[in-house]
Amino acid sequence: MTPAAAARPREQAPPGRAGEGGRAPAVRTGRVRFPLVLAGLAVLLLLSLTAGLAIGSVHVPPGEVWGIVGRALGADWSAPTWSRAREHIVLDVRAPRVLLGAVTGAGLAVVGTALQALVRNPLAEPYLLGVSSGASLGAVAVIVFGFSLFGAVSLSVAAFAGALVTLLLVYTTARSGGRITPLRLVLSGVAFASVLTALLDLLLLTADRGNEARTVLAWTLGGLGGVQWGTLWLPAAALLLGTAVLLVQARPLNLLLAGEESATTMGLDVARFRARMFVLLSLVTGVLVAAAGPIGFVGLILPHTVRLFVGSDHRRVLPTAALAGAVFLVWADIAARTVAAPMEIPVGVLTALCGGPFFLWLMRRDARRRGDRGAA
Amino acid sequence: MSATDLAVERLTLTAGAHRLVREVSLTARPGEVVGLVGPNGSGKSSLLRAVYRVLRPQSGQVLVDGADAWALPVRELARTTAAVVQEPGGDFDMTVREVVAMGRTPHKRLLDGDTADDARLIARSLEAVDAVGLAERPFTQLSGGERQRVLIARALTQQPSLLVMDEPTNHLDIRHQLEVLGLLRRLPATVLVALHDLNLAAYHCDRLYVLCGGEVTASGPPAEVLTAEMLAAVYGVAGEVAVHPRTGAPQVTYLPAQPGS
Repeated sequence: MTPAAAARPREQAPPGRAGEGGRAPAVRTGRVRFPLVLAGLAVLLLLSLTAGLAIGSVHVPPGEVWGIVGRALGADWSAPTWSRAREHIVLDVRAPRVLLGAVTGAGLAVVGTALQALVRNPLAEPYLLGVSSGASLGAVAVIVFGFSLFGAVSLSVAAFAGALVTLLLVYTTARSGGRITPLRLVLSGVAFASVLTALLDLLLLTADRGNEARTVLAWTLGGLGGVQWGTLWLPAAALLLGTAVLLVQARPLNLLLAGEESATTMGLDVARFRARMFVLLSLVTGVLVAAAGPIGFVGLILPHTVRLFVGSDHRRVLPTAALAGAVFLVWADIAARTVAAPMEIPVGVLTALCGGPFFLWLMRRDARRRGDRGAA
Repeated sequence: MSATDLAVERLTLTAGAHRLVREVSLTARPGEVVGLVGPNGSGKSSLLRAVYRVLRPQSGQVLVDGADAWALPVRELARTTAAVVQEPGGDFDMTVREVVAMGRTPHKRLLDGDTADDARLIARSLEAVDAVGLAERPFTQLSGGERQRVLIARALTQQPSLLVMDEPTNHLDIRHQLEVLGLLRRLPATVLVALHDLNLAAYHCDRLYVLCGGEVTASGPPAEVLTAEMLAAVYGVAGEVAVHPRTGAPQVTYLPAQPGS
């Protein structure tokens, strides 16, 4: 304490809130803590990834995991003390899956954060609004009918299209007279999701290729298994693109928190901005769903939890939610693999188990807040 | 920063088949405080919404320093025109300081950070509305009047040369009403403000426009506009207007309705 105080004698000067000197620290408190939050989460993510690679039917000690990963990355710090089989398990079986989990978790959290601002509804989330179902239907149609117009990325393209169409339909249906109530939006999302899921079931039942139907069924529950190194680049690219664009657009996203009219008076062309962002969010959601299946509630749980710690400014929420989402889904997947081993639970089932109650809590909290405000 | 010259020309606004405002023209010269008065549903808010570029006119024009406000990019207009609107905020927690800081957005490029100048401006705006003590509070936890003051501070932070305000004194206690309206007079900006309270309008505005049924029925300096005839015709109330000996402004006294009249 003392050396620091001696080094900055001027900042002690006027008591109370006189002048800039007194006020500046108050402005910065959030920012000083923010890099710490990010660094902490980054470390946590690193540990989570390690755990993801270590835990499973064959346990690989963390030290060995680091050795294997280090060698694969070209660092020659130790002679291999592990078997080929273990190297194979860590690098070829677990690593793509763990990374896909991290990418998907980060992506869904970021999409949820932005979606909540864009539709001005804290309950918005790709899964709840039927966007994930739309993406699923697109992707499944590709699997069942065997389209491959776009080669290896057909699945993602179809999922993107399904997501975008659904999002636009849900949004326009819920909006009337320029206003959109939270309740109507969620109801409209639920209605579209049921129709889309019914269509999906119909597709599966009428598809005569039994094996594919089973594959697809497993996929629609949300699962990270079966991913390979060769297919990982697409979701990773979607995540990076989506997060980068949204970070650049953090100020406009913040404006929307103030309301649509207010945002307009502060220089945001709301309709155009929203349309562009809908395309972006559908793209990210579509690619993620194509890779990992529809995994619900990640986009709900993480953004709200993160806001409790860093506030609502998107410049802080987006990166924090991305890291926290990655950590969350890596652990959800570890649980999915181990809880009922040797059987695997689809990770989407686990996130829904956590997410449902969270949704209810959020709904009640917001109702209480509105009640308070009405009374005030 | 110089004040803006505002001209609304033969503006007609509709919502579906319903006509809100018909052929309304008004002007506000640089630095003037122009008041918009009239009963509920007379079209005050609609007119203001057309000026701050939310409600697209059916016909007519809004000219800001001679330029068609509806032809300008939204962001460019927002650098000259700020508004305090009647709109419920979101459910997201932001601190008062963050809300006020939003006012800087139209002056920022995409990746610009917040500067020391921004911080000073924000502090000054908060001071102007007597909200320095609220800076670190969550916006959602404020009372109606406190929120209103914060929204005014946000508009000030935008450094507008035209300020459009829809009932800025709503929810404010009498002291803050007087402070906010007094502030408008001192701003280096043109102000277009809708007000309910005729006495406040009389004292604080250079000129008034009276709207009734979507049309301008009277306009001019408060002393010319505020008359017993106008009160009867536009509001359907009986009243007397006298010049207040201390303020020199017209003072409206409402008379209870006569039984049988």
